Amino acid sequence: MRRMTWFNVTSLTFGFAFLYLPMVILIIYSFNESKLVTVWAGFSTKWYGEVLRNTAFLDAAWVTVKVAFLSSCLATILGTMAAIVMVRAGRFRGRTLFSGMIYAPMVMPEVITGLSLLLLFISLGMDRGVFTIVLAHTTFAMCYVSVVVSSRLVSFDQSLEEAALDLGCSPVQAFRLVTLPIIAPAVISGWLLAFTLSLDDLVIASFTSGPSATTLPMKIWSSVRLGVSPEINALSTIMILVVAIGVITASLINKRNVMRQRREEAAADKLA
Amino acid sequence: MALDVFAPWDDPNAKPLIQFQNVTKRFGDFTAIDDLTVDIFEKEFFALLGPSGCGKTTMMRMLAGFETPTEGQILLAGEDIGPVPPNKRAVNMMFQSYALFPHLSIWENIAFGLRRDKMPKDQIGERVEEMLRLTRLEKFARRKPHQISGGQRQRVALARSLAKAPKLLLLDEPLGALDKKLRQETQFELMDIQETTGTTFVIVTHDQEEAMTVASRVAVMDHGKIIQVSTPDVIYEAPNSTYVADFIGDVNLLSGKADPQGDKLHMHWAEGQPAVVGSPLEGATKGQDVHYAIRPEKVSISAEKPENAANAIQGEVHDIAYLGNISTYHVKLAGGQIIKAQSANNRRISRRAFTWEDKVWLSWTDTAGVFLER
Repeated sequence: MRRMTWFNVTSLTFGFAFLYLPMVILIIYSFNESKLVTVWAGFSTKWYGEVLRNTAFLDAAWVTVKVAFLSSCLATILGTMAAIVMVRAGRFRGRTLFSGMIYAPMVMPEVITGLSLLLLFISLGMDRGVFTIVLAHTTFAMCYVSVVVSSRLVSFDQSLEEAALDLGCSPVQAFRLVTLPIIAPAVISGWLLAFTLSLDDLVIASFTSGPSATTLPMKIWSSVRLGVSPEINALSTIMILVVAIGVITASLINKRNVMRQRREEAAADKLA
Repeated sequence: MALDVFAPWDDPNAKPLIQFQNVTKRFGDFTAIDDLTVDIFEKEFFALLGPSGCGKTTMMRMLAGFETPTEGQILLAGEDIGPVPPNKRAVNMMFQSYALFPHLSIWENIAFGLRRDKMPKDQIGERVEEMLRLTRLEKFARRKPHQISGGQRQRVALARSLAKAPKLLLLDEPLGALDKKLRQETQFELMDIQETTGTTFVIVTHDQEEAMTVASRVAVMDHGKIIQVSTPDVIYEAPNSTYVADFIGDVNLLSGKADPQGDKLHMHWAEGQPAVVGSPLEGATKGQDVHYAIRPEKVSISAEKPENAANAIQGEVHDIAYLGNISTYHVKLAGGQIIKAQSANNRRISRRAFTWEDKVWLSWTDTAGVFLER
């Protein structure tokens, strides 16, 4: 292996510091005894207790999870359907327009998506709340799902589906028993992506929510405007922990699958 | 003796299993199958042979139900199968890419079609074991498709398509992905399995050797039409056109003017060369354009002009291809034409009788070649 030059070491240090120093400071200050965020007054976990007793935060967290779950499920179903049409239907009138329209929300500024949805909901006379946030998040998460799923479908051998039909499956059975299990990893990653996008969205949620529904990012944003309290630090640390556990678990599962596949391939090579 | 030969196509009372009746298939402006009529009989091993784009795969996909004819009918055991979807047909297909389900084990792959038929569990088990035995895959039942070799995958695909005991099995370039040695072994395996199961096989291939080896009859196709349907030996020895003669094996093709003389046909084909003499072509009149096809292995090569040979031409050795078992001599005639002659190397490391630029005589009998109208 090559030795690390001083240049590499420095750029690595600065890079990581740039990325993680703010979070480290946030985590350290979440254990601060003092009520003032920037003055260190000894170690304490009392702000964690405060957060867990604060029903406003807990309610907001519950709303966020609910919205993320519902919208990611809807986005996965719609996005997968769109991907299948885009990859399978071949050429039809307006295909380019349609595919462009699916991907447009990815590059559309969030403010515009949020505002236009708000106008739509008002003109339809819909009460804004959890339901409207779910709809809004579904709309913008759907395109990410369809990108992920269609990239998998492109490499999907269509004769597999024909083989299923040939062996007696109805088209619906062929999809359920053959296509879906094979593209499942892509569908699951699409769902996870949609879930994460919904979890940390602030802008679109602010536009489309009503007084009855506040998501956690909205709650944190509004509390910070009144001054950063150590409670927010504690809450943020909890969120970092949850996300970190999620990411580490996902990568461990992925790594294990890759290792298993490699072992199986090696075993198959030995046979051949 | 003649009774023992399997030849239902010569029996006017035999009922064909599959009948293509004036079938045409168009994709937009492109005509893939052009007014095609052919009968395929039960227990036949029928090969569709032709270059890519000749319509052979389209024919197979119409039999499987993935395409429907634009015009005409396809009958399976007397019934029009046009409106029957693929999952309701007693026809199974072995795909060129094998199309094994990667998420299922070999056992589950073979059981897949049986489960769709709602077969009782114990019967499924029995049938799958039977198929595994037939294709010698017992040891691999629990493996996934990516854990076995290419040849084994090919056998799984075969076992899966045979499991439902279809009336008709379609094989789309089944051996294309195997190397030459394995391909030859598998060809004989396929023939054995076809005989044991008594299933009708229709195979699509562009490999003429493969078609000749496995098939009871071969259909040579070009541009959506069947040019000739016959047994492999007839296709080889009595092609009906220069296209078939040229497509199957190696051939010398000469063209000239017909000159019927008694019970023989003479063909004048080049200035200063003797006329080619052969068995007559029906309906050939004097002066008509005809072609003559002769296989290189039927042309003898000698230093002296042979006595009593019906056809003898002098030339000079232009090129020699040594293939181990045989040698092919390219002999250049006075007019510049090249005629190929083959001789078997039946003695080990014998000194070659002829070498480059030697003057030699080519000769063949009057029944060795055939005259063709087109």
